[in-house]
Amino acid sequence: MMTTTTVEQPVGFIRRALSNRWIALAFLALYIVIVYAALFGLERASPIFPILSTLAFAPFALTPFVTMALSIDWRFKGLAILLLLFVLMPILGMKDTSFLELAIQICIFAGLALGLNIVVGFAGLLDLGYIAFFAVGAYLWAMFTSPVETYIKVSNALVPASSFYLFMFIGVIIAAIGGILLGLPVLRLRGDYLAIVTLGFGEMIRILAQNSDTVGNPPINFTNGSQGLDGVARPPIPQFLRDLVPTVENALKLDINNAQTVTQQLLFYFIAILVIVIIILVARRLENSPIGRAWTAIREDEVAAIAMGVPLVRMKLLAFAMGASFAGAIGVLYASKQTFVSPESFSLSQSISILAMVIVGGIGSIQGVLLGACVVTLLNLLVLKNLSTQISNWRNIDAIVPHWLIIIVAVIIGLFLLWQAWKLVRSYVNSTRFQTSGIANIIGAVVLAMIAIAAIVFAFTSGEFHIRDWPTQLEPARYERLVFGILLIIMMIFRPAGLLPEGRRRLELQAAKTEQKIEGEV
Amino acid sequence: MGILEVNNLTKKFGGLTAVSDVSISIDEGSISAIIGPNGAGKTTLFNLLTGIYKPDTGTIKFDNRSLVGLRPDQVNAAGMSRTFQSIRLFPGMTVFENVMVGMHSRLNVSLLQTLTRLGGFNAQEKHVREKAVELLKFVGLGDKGDEVSRNLPYGDQRRVEIARALASDPKLILLDEPTAGMNPNESVEAMTLFRRVRDERGVTVVLIEHDMRVVMGISERISVLDYGQKIAEGTPAEIRANPRVVEAYLGRRATADMDKVHGEAQS
Repeated sequence: MMTTTTVEQPVGFIRRALSNRWIALAFLALYIVIVYAALFGLERASPIFPILSTLAFAPFALTPFVTMALSIDWRFKGLAILLLLFVLMPILGMKDTSFLELAIQICIFAGLALGLNIVVGFAGLLDLGYIAFFAVGAYLWAMFTSPVETYIKVSNALVPASSFYLFMFIGVIIAAIGGILLGLPVLRLRGDYLAIVTLGFGEMIRILAQNSDTVGNPPINFTNGSQGLDGVARPPIPQFLRDLVPTVENALKLDINNAQTVTQQLLFYFIAILVIVIIILVARRLENSPIGRAWTAIREDEVAAIAMGVPLVRMKLLAFAMGASFAGAIGVLYASKQTFVSPESFSLSQSISILAMVIVGGIGSIQGVLLGACVVTLLNLLVLKNLSTQISNWRNIDAIVPHWLIIIVAVIIGLFLLWQAWKLVRSYVNSTRFQTSGIANIIGAVVLAMIAIAAIVFAFTSGEFHIRDWPTQLEPARYERLVFGILLIIMMIFRPAGLLPEGRRRLELQAAKTEQKIEGEV
Repeated sequence: MGILEVNNLTKKFGGLTAVSDVSISIDEGSISAIIGPNGAGKTTLFNLLTGIYKPDTGTIKFDNRSLVGLRPDQVNAAGMSRTFQSIRLFPGMTVFENVMVGMHSRLNVSLLQTLTRLGGFNAQEKHVREKAVELLKFVGLGDKGDEVSRNLPYGDQRRVEIARALASDPKLILLDEPTAGMNPNESVEAMTLFRRVRDERGVTVVLIEHDMRVVMGISERISVLDYGQKIAEGTPAEIRANPRVVEAYLGRRATADMDKVHGEAQS
């Protein structure tokens, strides 16, 4: 009891302080200034650039969520987010396009996750082949603009790059039709059965793309198979953006040496932001409407829903179509940004990644899914990748971890484990009730204590550590999925409903917790 | 001519005839009960009426319109709504949302309007909310709207189901064992509510019920099913006096024993 109160107090104090809107506003301003200054001050030449950029960009990318969580006036929130998206991020991107690239990737995955959230979160239809619609959008644009000698090129059906926006719209429609085509045969399926059939559908589209280079006799090439389509067209850059970059460059004394790339990436960034804003708006409006309520009803109890007048077939197909349409538009954007499309980008693991974003963020919650997409994309493309780069940097300069640092870390970890072991023992001793888990407590405590002692002994006996001795097999980037799995397990233990659960689920969870409490007291 | 005319309805599941040649007529504005022992086919009959099952033969005429072949949501739109024997609320939705879903068949659900919020969308949503509030007040749950329905006590969940069923402005409401699991006090309250559904909202009420106090206390006409067949129909007094009904409920032996007791008493 004592320990919990001492831990709670500072947290409670900070919380109370932040509930004051002016303190919260000051906090936000300070947060943005510090993070942005840190980001701007980064030097690419520094040997620890990867780790510093991770430490600086991750909090920066999460600023919108910090803003939304603070209790400040919505006008300030809007202003802060507009400032972030349209001033701070583009300027940072002009200085270092890799950050702009990350921001675009986050937007792309956020869009996909929001689309999947309509199908899985709103309507409760577990779709493991969602990436197929993304592929449909991407191939649509790639086939019609790639100079690779495919059927469409040979038949002179290539379209100009300026039709990009039109094709985004066509992508929406084609993907929606694809969603309906997938939906029709699986209408009667639910849960596991639906998941496995949609998984098959996703793989079908990928394999179709892989094999559509040899259709008929003589062979007609549609997708160029596993070699993929390159040279996909990019939308023309509007004049104002061309003018904007040098203006900002001069005004801020930035040193841009690749103006063409910067401008191109900026254009994609703005398109991506626009698409995300539209998607959020659409998702929000669907959620708060008879359609959204009907979807939730289907998710909760199909029989009751149809008996209450919800047309099951129409509503399910609408969910598939709406979810797919988002992916279609994003697919066109993705193909154009990468200028290269191949079946590899649309594997099952991508579908699962997107599903993981939805689950990590909070299934059914728009803000949660956005946060999930942000966190998972940052983890994949920033944290793990940069850790690997960092290690190889250290390896190259033969960095050494000093003996004293190893000892300090080991002692801290060891003491923490011993403390946990002590807590287990104490809870066993203090408990007055009969406990079946008593033996497990003792065993757990002994194991923890042994690990702690082993770590400390090892730390004292070992010497300094050369990072070049770190085995290449243990590079973080190779363990993306493992880290992912561990993250998911931790999530399911501590936040089973996701980082930012949907309001309704939050209510349920609270109710369940109070019930447990009452049961515990009885 | 009643509001609901069921003629020669039959439904077989494999070799089992769940509903066999049943004909029932329900008068508009009446409160009727369908009773019978467990497994007599009462719930199957409801499922046939609401389109969850398709009848093998027979006709269902509701409001001068055939319901055979319609999907459950179309039946709901035609003006026949129902509750379920085992409560089937949307457990994770709030009470308020549950009732709002019940209005679905009366709403103009267009994607374009949903996305643009034009064409009377906001007015419709306002109406939906007001009506949900009114219905919750009607069933006596005016203050429980924001609770997650799974967390409500059992009797309140039954009330929410009725409010949800009334949300589509039905002409007829089918209540499947609406007082199951209630204590006598709650049953009496529930009966008052069923009467108010008919008297204040003009909805014809048909209920399946096991609690004979409720059945005899509220219904104007009673139909009795046994092994899928209708074995009797009449006023509560007639049903109470019908030997076939007693036989169906207590078994042939029991009735024979009763006759013996009666005979001995008379002699």
